[in-house]
Amino acid sequence: MLKIRLPKLSAFALVGTIVSSLFVVSTASAQVADRMVTDTPAGHAGGRIAVALRSDPKTLNPALAEDATSRDIIYCMNADLIHINRETQRTESALAKSWSVSHDGRTYTLRLRRGLRFSDGKPFNADDVIFTFQVYLDEKIHSPQRDLLIVGGKPISVQKIDDYTVRFQLAQPYAAAERLFDGMPILPKHLLENAYKNGTFAKSWSISMAPREFAGLGPFRLKEYVPGQRIVLERNPYYWKMDTAGYQLPYLNEIVFLFVPSEDAQVIRFQAGDTDILSSFSAQNFAVLAHKQETAGYHLYDLGPGLEYNFLFFNLNDLSSKNLPQIARKQVWFQDVRFRQAVSAAIDRGGIVGLVYSGRAAPLWSQVTPGNKLWVDSALPHPARSLDRARGLLKSAGFSWKGDGTLIDEHASPVEFSILTSSSNTERTKMATIIQNDLSQLGMQVHVVSLDFSAMVDRLLNSFDYEAAIMGVASGDADPTSEMNVWVSSGGTHLWHLNEVKPATPWEAELDRLMNQQLITLNYERRKRLYDQVQEVVAQELPVICLASPDILVGAKDSIGNFHPAILDPYALWNVEELYVR
Amino acid sequence: MKHRRKLWGALILLAGLHGVVLFAGFFAPYSSSAQDRELPFAPPTRAHFFDIRGKFHAHPFVYGLKDDPKNFGAYETDFAQVYPLQFFVQGSRYRIAGMFYSRLHLFGVGSPGRIFVMGSDGYGRDQFTRFLYGGQISLAAGLIAAAFSVVLGIIIGALAGFYGGWIDDVLMRGGDLFMALPWLYLLFAVRAALPLHIAEWQVFLLLVAVIGLIGWVRPARLIRGVVLSAKERNFVVAARAFGASDAYLLRRHILPQTYGIVLTQMTLLIPQYILAEVTLTFLGLGVGEPMPSWGSLLSSLQQYYVLSSYWWMFVPALLLIPVFLAYYLAADALQERLKTVPL
Repeated sequence: MLKIRLPKLSAFALVGTIVSSLFVVSTASAQVADRMVTDTPAGHAGGRIAVALRSDPKTLNPALAEDATSRDIIYCMNADLIHINRETQRTESALAKSWSVSHDGRTYTLRLRRGLRFSDGKPFNADDVIFTFQVYLDEKIHSPQRDLLIVGGKPISVQKIDDYTVRFQLAQPYAAAERLFDGMPILPKHLLENAYKNGTFAKSWSISMAPREFAGLGPFRLKEYVPGQRIVLERNPYYWKMDTAGYQLPYLNEIVFLFVPSEDAQVIRFQAGDTDILSSFSAQNFAVLAHKQETAGYHLYDLGPGLEYNFLFFNLNDLSSKNLPQIARKQVWFQDVRFRQAVSAAIDRGGIVGLVYSGRAAPLWSQVTPGNKLWVDSALPHPARSLDRARGLLKSAGFSWKGDGTLIDEHASPVEFSILTSSSNTERTKMATIIQNDLSQLGMQVHVVSLDFSAMVDRLLNSFDYEAAIMGVASGDADPTSEMNVWVSSGGTHLWHLNEVKPATPWEAELDRLMNQQLITLNYERRKRLYDQVQEVVAQELPVICLASPDILVGAKDSIGNFHPAILDPYALWNVEELYVR
Repeated sequence: MKHRRKLWGALILLAGLHGVVLFAGFFAPYSSSAQDRELPFAPPTRAHFFDIRGKFHAHPFVYGLKDDPKNFGAYETDFAQVYPLQFFVQGSRYRIAGMFYSRLHLFGVGSPGRIFVMGSDGYGRDQFTRFLYGGQISLAAGLIAAAFSVVLGIIIGALAGFYGGWIDDVLMRGGDLFMALPWLYLLFAVRAALPLHIAEWQVFLLLVAVIGLIGWVRPARLIRGVVLSAKERNFVVAARAFGASDAYLLRRHILPQTYGIVLTQMTLLIPQYILAEVTLTFLGLGVGEPMPSWGSLLSSLQQYYVLSSYWWMFVPALLLIPVFLAYYLAADALQERLKTVPL
């Protein structure tokens, strides 16, 4: 049975709650709830914590939420069937007490905990699970979960065996199937069924509704929402986890989410003591906060590189339908792998780590960061910066230099291109400026163009009117399946060449083969070998030139107990039910 | 006489300032895009006459920097590295006024020592060098845009004032409309729609054109007022009675009356426009990296960590004050002169 090692999909919300894999079944009577006993060290009950979020949530409906703020709040209010422990990065029991997989890897049978109640006191059973997946799979709802539930081109089918057993059927074996359940919060049928049947589901659980209209299986429930200011969650008295001493979690009475629009303002509020936890901020602000760490009563955590990877890529799109002769001409350079290798060899990744992230980042040569311990290919070479190697590569690709050092191609036109970044992302703009300086040493003239984010995305995804760009991808999960979109030639995030009907190059065909193969391979070692090969192809062919992966930086007041931040989102609040105030 | 001295004082100050900025390559020790990646956010370098043992050196020197092991991202002085300050040294190549190449710099220290008079920025680039080179962009933008505005103002103001009637109405209401447009948002839209391939000088021209174009309304109104009163003066009416043409009247009798206003407007507009360039660049609409301008020097102050940790990043902002004061002083002196000596 594949239980532990299997990875998960999803580039979006990971919703649910956590506990280690130990659980004890209460057998006293059918009335007693099948609570889960965690190995949480006992804390103090009561108290409240305040955390800042960037903006108001757009919705509290798990099937509609796409923005980070909504997802962070929904995470605290809901639970899923199988959960990914953010610390171990492995799956563990949640609402499903146990589960089994058929030999062909296509049938999952989940046994649910008995006697659990939603936060409004109404009981939970298999009907809620069936209803939930009906909603997620409904095309009319457009839930972000839907894509993940299509396996092998067919939607997963869900079947109720009895009140506490549910069976999931997949069209083909699917390596990340267990991890899929994390991010599928279970909805209360009794509250949402009417809205779903009336066709008003899209409006249900909007943020303006009264708190009593919401109910979930998470540790907290909605108490109050003040637009533009805060949202307050209170303890769910029906929550289903207990600590080692038998106390029913969560410890905290309340969580207050304050809406603070910018990172700098969040840092200042944290410094002033207005908030208790500060989740993911820049290395520069880390240095500012670190100055006063000893006296200020908070502690900062550098968790090492997360899953985000930043990369430079060239426009390799098919421009035949667009009227962009200037860019089409330069694509002759971009398409030559030696050109991309020369650019990669000339980039000072150490400089990027030092200047952009004050050293709190890891240089990257492929898409998997050192933080992703299960999947990183540690045998991948990390060639040092070498202008000589870059010049050699350019020479072999037919480039030469003019007397003043300008690099020219075979037709004697100077090598000049622009790198697009988003003006709201100072880190990537800074990377572009460093690369500009690095490549000027090869005689390339590079312009840094920073545009408003939406204008940039329009050029990347629609008009293809750009030459090179710097972007970052932060997967929601460590599993390679969450990267399908990026590496499969038909994927929506296959940024360097979108809308490929069939793989444009032999190595893209190879990437397709490897990615599709790992998707259905159930053995971890074999999958790992396949994904290592993916990393090797990426490092060799450089469809994207990976640059650096920033460390996940988190801060919390010393008074917060059981604080164990992790590199998977939500970094600081993943074990929110275990947090307490000393 | 007092105002004359004031005027000369202001003009000498301005000439000196523009001279230093024009010959930025000579006065600055480094190239404006040279990055020292070992030394981001290095504090201003102090020149010493006394070493740590208290010994006097007739020749000033600077100490090197090393990473502060206790304080990540900070530096401490490395007293083992001593670099004497040198004058008229050979350094990186630069161009004067876009024509002559030279390698001569006013001052510098031997490599690998560094002298950062105003500290270094996040890429380890010399802020002093960037301030001088940045002035080339910002001052030129101010001067050219102000000239553009005033010329446009003269033409439109003179036409409106001289002909009156519907021409006046159309031009002045057009001016009102112009003032009412939400320029900043229009600019964001324009920048997003522009092709990516715009060279720095094109961005610069665009910036100048935009700043100049937005500002013509005020000078045009003032000039219209002067023209309006001038065309009713007896000698103008007399000249017209003798059969002088419109063009002759404008050129010979009316426009000369506006010169005083034009000159004061220019000196008032220039600092405003320098500030406009600073604002637009601050918002990301100016010339791109690595070319410095005063606006881009200030834009790093948007970030909290710069604001709270690196005080020397404020210095360019402080240095803008005397620049503006010099211009306003000149405008003031010009105005006083107009009152006493009618043109």
